[in-house]
Amino acid sequence: MEFASSYLVPALRSLARNKMRTGLTMLGIVIGVSAVITTVALGNGAGGQMQGTVAALGSNMLMVFPGSMNRNGLQVGIGQTKTLVSADEASIVNDVPNVTGAAGGVQTSTQIVWENNNWFTQAIGTEPSYFQVRSWTFAAGGPFDSSDLEREANVAVIGETVRRKLFGVVNPLGQVIRIKNLPFRIIGVLAAKGSSGFGQDQDDVILVPLTTEQRKIVGITWLNWVFVNASSPETSDVVKTDITKLMRDRHKIQPASEDDFQVQSMAEFANTLKQITSILTLLLGAVASVALLVGGIGIMNIMLVSVTERTREIGIRIAIGATEGDVQLQFLIEAVMLSLIGGVAGITVGELASWIVDLALSWTFTVSIPAVTLAVLFSAAIGIAFGYYPARRASRLNPIEALRYE
Amino acid sequence: MPSQTLVKALDHAASRSTVISVRTLHKYYDLGETRVHALRGVNIDIQRGEFVAIMGASGSGKSTFMNILGSLDLPSSGSYKFEGIEVSKLSKTEIARLRNRKIGFVFQGFNLLGRTSAFENVELPMLYAHVGSGERVHRAQEALALVGLRDRAGHYPSQLSGGQQQRVAIARSLVNKPSLILADEPTGNLDSRTSVEVMEIFQRLNEHGLTIILVTHEHDIAQYATRQIVFRDGRIVTDASVIDRLNASEVIKTLPQLEED
Repeated sequence: MEFASSYLVPALRSLARNKMRTGLTMLGIVIGVSAVITTVALGNGAGGQMQGTVAALGSNMLMVFPGSMNRNGLQVGIGQTKTLVSADEASIVNDVPNVTGAAGGVQTSTQIVWENNNWFTQAIGTEPSYFQVRSWTFAAGGPFDSSDLEREANVAVIGETVRRKLFGVVNPLGQVIRIKNLPFRIIGVLAAKGSSGFGQDQDDVILVPLTTEQRKIVGITWLNWVFVNASSPETSDVVKTDITKLMRDRHKIQPASEDDFQVQSMAEFANTLKQITSILTLLLGAVASVALLVGGIGIMNIMLVSVTERTREIGIRIAIGATEGDVQLQFLIEAVMLSLIGGVAGITVGELASWIVDLALSWTFTVSIPAVTLAVLFSAAIGIAFGYYPARRASRLNPIEALRYE
Repeated sequence: MPSQTLVKALDHAASRSTVISVRTLHKYYDLGETRVHALRGVNIDIQRGEFVAIMGASGSGKSTFMNILGSLDLPSSGSYKFEGIEVSKLSKTEIARLRNRKIGFVFQGFNLLGRTSAFENVELPMLYAHVGSGERVHRAQEALALVGLRDRAGHYPSQLSGGQQQRVAIARSLVNKPSLILADEPTGNLDSRTSVEVMEIFQRLNEHGLTIILVTHEHDIAQYATRQIVFRDGRIVTDASVIDRLNASEVIKTLPQLEED
């Protein structure tokens, strides 16, 4: 109470005396703080979004790809090698503990045609277990089964985007489409999943039995990938190690040689994503805090002007008994008020801006309490750091000269 | 006057003792090669309850002497004791406290804080003395009443006449119940009638035992004091009691009435 009447009220009054100048000085801090708040909020939002996507893909999922291989001195790219086969998949399911399911697949881009419509999409040949592993549900119809694989049946399941592009309002079930001039009967439509969060439309896909794709569409006997489900996200690390061991064994790879396959776990992927987004957030935050620094210099500048302008006032105060500490505190409090008010305004602007951006991107908006607390403390610290020198200068004035100052 | 406690405090302080004791005081300024001697061995004692007028031409050293008495400046050599305490041995904070609690300043240019009400100006020294808010309000009102400005408490300096501003400054100098009032040309910016009114306040305070030191170059103003000291070339050349002392409240009656309020 005493403190408020002795220091805070006079400080506020002196700031209010020159509203234009006070406002412009604060603007520097407002811009700095709001930039930091917005970038941190957006960074967090993007991170959360990506992690949400990974979680939706299944954080207990692992992917096995055939690796790059050195063949006669020629590096062959991922997915181009023949080393991953169905027997590997069977062995993973049977011999690796904590594996609850797996689905191998072959993938190619192709044109599909129905009557006068055609569409270019991804044709995936896979096993019935794929629908469980990727947790796909059906909007209509159902999946193909193991007998379809045995018969290399010409049946297909389509994604929502393909349905919309080819059939529009027509019920696609039972319709026959053509892939590479072969007729395929539609037996199921997948429920829409939407964008994967990496800008990829998950519904733009057509699924056929693995054997059909291998023999009739692509003409290969090996696999492009195997999706494996671990029993839980926690076991995925162990499963990864076990699969690696098993695969090296099966492919008879010498201890010194490199793997001819790759195992990626979603849990790992999620961690990598998290690291990338937090580094990105930090980087953006660092750039934004330059603005804050400039704002702080603005405060110092204005406080120096203010000290010079009020030389006589300082002289009077010293004459009637203000100690160096009193004078220093007075100007320090003014600087802190300046930066603190600016900081609070900056938080408001920053949160508002991130709310608008989140709304536009339909991300979930959250106010980060640590970020806000940090911003408040940081702007107060800026006030102290940049107000200290002017305040010290004021307190060191010679009262006789100060009283003579016009 | 409803301001009994302040006046009582002044009466209480009026017991005879030495407020200021100055011995072989020198002050010089080094300006590059040359050394300017502003004070060349000043000796003086000022007792509690005295009303001293310090006179002298500009450059005589009287302003330097005032600054040293007000502890705004320190002597180059010699001794300055305030109530028996050697001021040059005090720390900066202790000197600030001495100015705050023991000395009241009144300046020629009033030196009130602008855009700050009369009341707040008077309150200011008590803020630095950490006086509680209730006591602050009480004393500020009392001091303003003492100088006849109780109804002007909310006015800003720009809304007050020169004489009123100087009275606010006097009220400000009184609130911490000082041992000494130092007035540096307090009537220098005032017309003759207002000057006498200010002197009337000083005389009234002095009658209650407050020690006052007044710097002036006007002989008629010096006639209101009890003792005159004249400086020349950094030395005291005259130190004498005032003969034919003027009484301000008598003089006011002889002056034509002006509308001021």
